[in-house]
Amino acid sequence: MTRVDEPEPPAPVAADEPELRRAAEAESQRQAERKASPDTLRGYFRIVYQRVRSGDSGVLPVVAGFVLISILFQALNSKFLSAGNLVNLLIQGSVYMLLAMGEVFALLLGEIDLSIGFVSGIGGVVAAELVKESTGWPWWAAIIVALLVCAGIGLLQGTIITRLGLPSFVVTLAGLLGWQGVMLMILGTGGSLPINDHIINDFASGNLTPIASWLVMIAIVAFVSVRMWVQESRRRASGLIAPPASLTILKIVGILAAGIILVLICNTNRGRLIEIKGVPFVVLIVLGVCTAWTFLLGRTRFGRYVYAIGGNTEAARRAGIRISRVRTICFMLASFTAGIGGIVYASRLQSVSTALDGGTLVLYSVAAAVIGGTSLFGGRGKAVHAVLGGLVIAAIDNGMGLQGYSAAARNIVTALVLLAAVTIDSLARRDAARH
Amino acid sequence: MVTDVGAAAAPEQGSSALAPLLRLERVSKSFGAVHALTDVDLEIPAGRVTALAGDNGAGKSVLIKCIAGIHAPDAGTLYWQGRPVHLRNPRDAAALGIETVYQDLALCDNLDIAQNMFLGRERVQHFALSEDAMEEAAAQTLRSLAVTTVQSVRQQVASLSGGQRQAVAIAKAVLWNSKLVIMDEPTAALGVAQTAMVLSLVRNLADRGLAVIIISHNMNDVFQVADRIAVLHLGRMVAVRPASEMDRQIVVDLMTSGVSTRTAPSNKAAEEPER
Repeated sequence: MTRVDEPEPPAPVAADEPELRRAAEAESQRQAERKASPDTLRGYFRIVYQRVRSGDSGVLPVVAGFVLISILFQALNSKFLSAGNLVNLLIQGSVYMLLAMGEVFALLLGEIDLSIGFVSGIGGVVAAELVKESTGWPWWAAIIVALLVCAGIGLLQGTIITRLGLPSFVVTLAGLLGWQGVMLMILGTGGSLPINDHIINDFASGNLTPIASWLVMIAIVAFVSVRMWVQESRRRASGLIAPPASLTILKIVGILAAGIILVLICNTNRGRLIEIKGVPFVVLIVLGVCTAWTFLLGRTRFGRYVYAIGGNTEAARRAGIRISRVRTICFMLASFTAGIGGIVYASRLQSVSTALDGGTLVLYSVAAAVIGGTSLFGGRGKAVHAVLGGLVIAAIDNGMGLQGYSAAARNIVTALVLLAAVTIDSLARRDAARH
Repeated sequence: MVTDVGAAAAPEQGSSALAPLLRLERVSKSFGAVHALTDVDLEIPAGRVTALAGDNGAGKSVLIKCIAGIHAPDAGTLYWQGRPVHLRNPRDAAALGIETVYQDLALCDNLDIAQNMFLGRERVQHFALSEDAMEEAAAQTLRSLAVTTVQSVRQQVASLSGGQRQAVAIAKAVLWNSKLVIMDEPTAALGVAQTAMVLSLVRNLADRGLAVIIISHNMNDVFQVADRIAVLHLGRMVAVRPASEMDRQIVVDLMTSGVSTRTAPSNKAAEEPER
């Protein structure tokens, strides 16, 4: 090779240091201009705004959507926001919420679980079979076994998906068909299995007494507030990023207000012939599952790994995370949560029958999770998204039912809302990618 | 044997400069009939930036994968602080203090900076993550590296620029009291200002006493940060010399043909290329 001598002399590092530093400082200054301090309330909202801009819109769209839908239906029919109807809405939505919370585990991985509708049916059938007179199990044992069966189904499906490397779509589609078959076999053609166990039936139709409602609400709010206050003051004291005290107080006041409103609504008599008052047990079940899964996803190693796998599987693998195990457990938890939903569903109808449409249930649960703000592309989503999404779906169903619209019209509107939610998710992601 | 003369820019590290942190002796690796590495000798001293140059297919990636524990060499020995070691997987390498920053950075966009830095090695107390402790450690590491461009360690990686992501990936590697950081094309996708930021970060690591191996195709970057330059050609180490004894043309000659007849335009004559 012949070439003219290199014109540039080799650059010794020492000579370049100041220039290097200057350029680096210029870069850091450029970044600092965009800086927002989290120390003040305003600065904090600025950071929240930036998060929304970066594609993490969280629960904002679904809350806005719910408010919009409520205003619309209230304008059409003043019964919509009546205490009785709102409680009805919570009970109707609870099955969607529970199933959607299960679906969130699959969606967080960027996968889907189509089987959870009929897996929930299996949960209901097993519980009903075990508590019926001829078997005579106590309600709690029946529920434990039903949930274990569901978890086992999820474990089986998850193992097939992760160990054989099959797409979750196909494996759980097979589950959708297969578990429906199993359910029909247990029930017999056109069969129906009534539930006579009072405690199981009370899950959906029983209520706390009004006084117990207040006490439970105050206990929960007090616990949450104290925890939040202690945690955030500790962070403020140690100079970590923490919201200002004013925001913490604002949040606590907000939670308290929400609790008071919920209990006031529930404690209004909603019966016609007999007095019906108090917070339904099912609200506590949904709240409990939501709290447990929020903790699991947000505060444990397992949860962190679920998000990491959904965000960047390769990065998770290099970080030494046992991907197959985490994914299998996710499918197990999805089916387990579906089992809870199935028992609540059976409790609401006080029976399990072949009319249980697991196909519609699973599609509604996916829709609920996505409407609530869970990303179909993996890595983004929370249990609370499923609850809010389930509420929106129930509101559409309920509101249009009040107006006397047909099931066909309700399906179309639900579809449009779902499309809107997916569009928001996808636009937010594209916006984030452009930054 | 390679005798490291010591680079002009880096401060002397005392005894650590005498005994190299990592020494590769006659390391070979083949994949079927392809000899990716043949009898490679290399010393990686602490407190120095060693640039690894070579054309595509010269064996740079295979070499760093042997050091990072991803590939096991077929023959030859790695000496870590003078003791022979066998790295069976990346965990073994990490246990010694070897961290690798891959070109794709391996960051999760949906997690924040602190979460990414601790991924796979979270601190836990009673089953719950110790977020505060991790956040503090992450922020401290970023501060110690003089990474001032990120506003908070609670920022999502999705919202970071390319240079900031690189900085996070490097900080992630440093967090674990690592002694050797391997970087694969850290400036490949960056603009001018961000490249400068990352290079000053690389310099910073070496000044802290860490050994750094950097792969780069960009000769500007190589000469800006490297104390020593090692050139691979068709799986053989053809030269390991202080950067001050090299220039761009010599490196290019070595990369493309394995030899260079040129002498550096600076003070001394270049040594004969190593075999």
